[in-house]
Amino acid sequence: MSELRRTPIFSEYEKLGAKTIDFGGWDLPVQYKGIKLEHETTRERAGLFDVSHMGEILVTGSKSLDFLQKVMTNDVSKLTPLKAQYTFMCYEDGGTVDDLLIYMLEEDTYLLVVNAANTEKDFEWLQQHNSYVKEELKIENVSDDYVQLAIQGPKAEEILQTITKTDLSQIKFFRFQQDVKFSSIDAGVLVSRTGYTGEDGFELYVDQEEGRKLWNLVLEAGKDKGLEPVGLGARDTLRFEANLPLYGQELSQSITPIEVGFTFAVKVNKEQDFIGKRVLKEQVENGTTRKLVGIEMIDKGIPRTGYEVFVQEEQIGFVTSGTQAPTLNKNIGLALIQTEHAKVGTELMIQVRKRKLKAVVIETPFLKRK
Amino acid sequence: MSLPKDLLYSEEHEWVKKEDGKVRIGITYFAQDELGDIVFVELPEVGDEIEADEPFGSVESVKTVSELYAPLSGKVVEVNEELEDSPELVNESPYEKAWMIVIEPSNEGEFDDLLSAEQYQAVTEED
Repeated sequence: MSELRRTPIFSEYEKLGAKTIDFGGWDLPVQYKGIKLEHETTRERAGLFDVSHMGEILVTGSKSLDFLQKVMTNDVSKLTPLKAQYTFMCYEDGGTVDDLLIYMLEEDTYLLVVNAANTEKDFEWLQQHNSYVKEELKIENVSDDYVQLAIQGPKAEEILQTITKTDLSQIKFFRFQQDVKFSSIDAGVLVSRTGYTGEDGFELYVDQEEGRKLWNLVLEAGKDKGLEPVGLGARDTLRFEANLPLYGQELSQSITPIEVGFTFAVKVNKEQDFIGKRVLKEQVENGTTRKLVGIEMIDKGIPRTGYEVFVQEEQIGFVTSGTQAPTLNKNIGLALIQTEHAKVGTELMIQVRKRKLKAVVIETPFLKRK
Repeated sequence: MSLPKDLLYSEEHEWVKKEDGKVRIGITYFAQDELGDIVFVELPEVGDEIEADEPFGSVESVKTVSELYAPLSGKVVEVNEELEDSPELVNESPYEKAWMIVIEPSNEGEFDDLLSAEQYQAVTEED
């Protein structure tokens, strides 16, 4: 087995009492003080996440917009500099290559932020569909250049504002600023109002060398306001409660974005043709045979990824994510099931190890944004 | 955290306490610490037969499910009902309040496979 990769923040994990795990080849903290505590801290105050494992791909050149319109499901032409967009890349059959954020840095310059485990695959996929010459389009994997931190929670802005003169209230949701100066950090930081928790907050992109300094600066600034470092365990429960999809669970090569209800990021009527359009358009217009639904256990038990879902003796789908949701204190899950059984209130059976346990289809999102 | 010396242990991180002919079973401090916040405990029913090295229940943390492997074979005579509503006891009091089941062991020979506190300590240090 090859050695696990480490982010520049790795040396801080141990000091903070983290337990680390192998996450797609990266040695990352699953928790510091405990998943429930970190989850609640993020919902009530603020949490700091090291997400430097995320991949970054830079697309530049006069043909970059044409190219991105061809490979992305969202309408990239809607972006203007300093705006971010959530989108998918799909296969011809509508299955999902990845879900990602596109930052438009300036004219003809786009930064794609992709899932860590998909970085290589995405990079190859993009290169494979590049039909331009290098003067027109350049695609670079710049993942190693960045440390990415996320500060999320109702106190995120207040905390971050104590260490920068840039007026953060001016950065609206899905907008960003480049070259933001933080006290004692030499390099400029890209600050975007985005996240993966269902809370307000920011994602920060900074040079490898300055990453650890910024991490410690933010931690120190948030100390009096109850900021805690947060691991991947709580990151997962936070995103799950907010119904944000996780690639490999809600999305995959065999699941389309339409099936899981993320139609807002698939613009089947945009001007340019794009990969997967034929199937996705058909699904938008005629509906899908499978649908992602929220489920809540009636019997005692916790739904988990991969558990089979039944109506009578027939398997009608499977659980994509599930846990005991910390904020809601309920045993809930997301399941991809046949559309005819997807109505709220429908009773289903979940195969939990040797037993079939009763559950019911409930409304999503589980957690409404305040 | 020092291990209670009066208990026996299994390699699967259960503890065993002998109580006049019966044995009380739970999971170790090390096990609960590895699992993190316990949110659900599934146990057998009184009268069930359990078999050494086979699963007899499960504990679930926020993140994962772990099977509980029986350290000994026998008949379940008591189950800690309190864990159903208060699974967090497994984190708070693994050796006392969060005992899981009491069994009547059916094979005395199986005690030989259990570990002393010192031997179990060595197992956890390897991990």
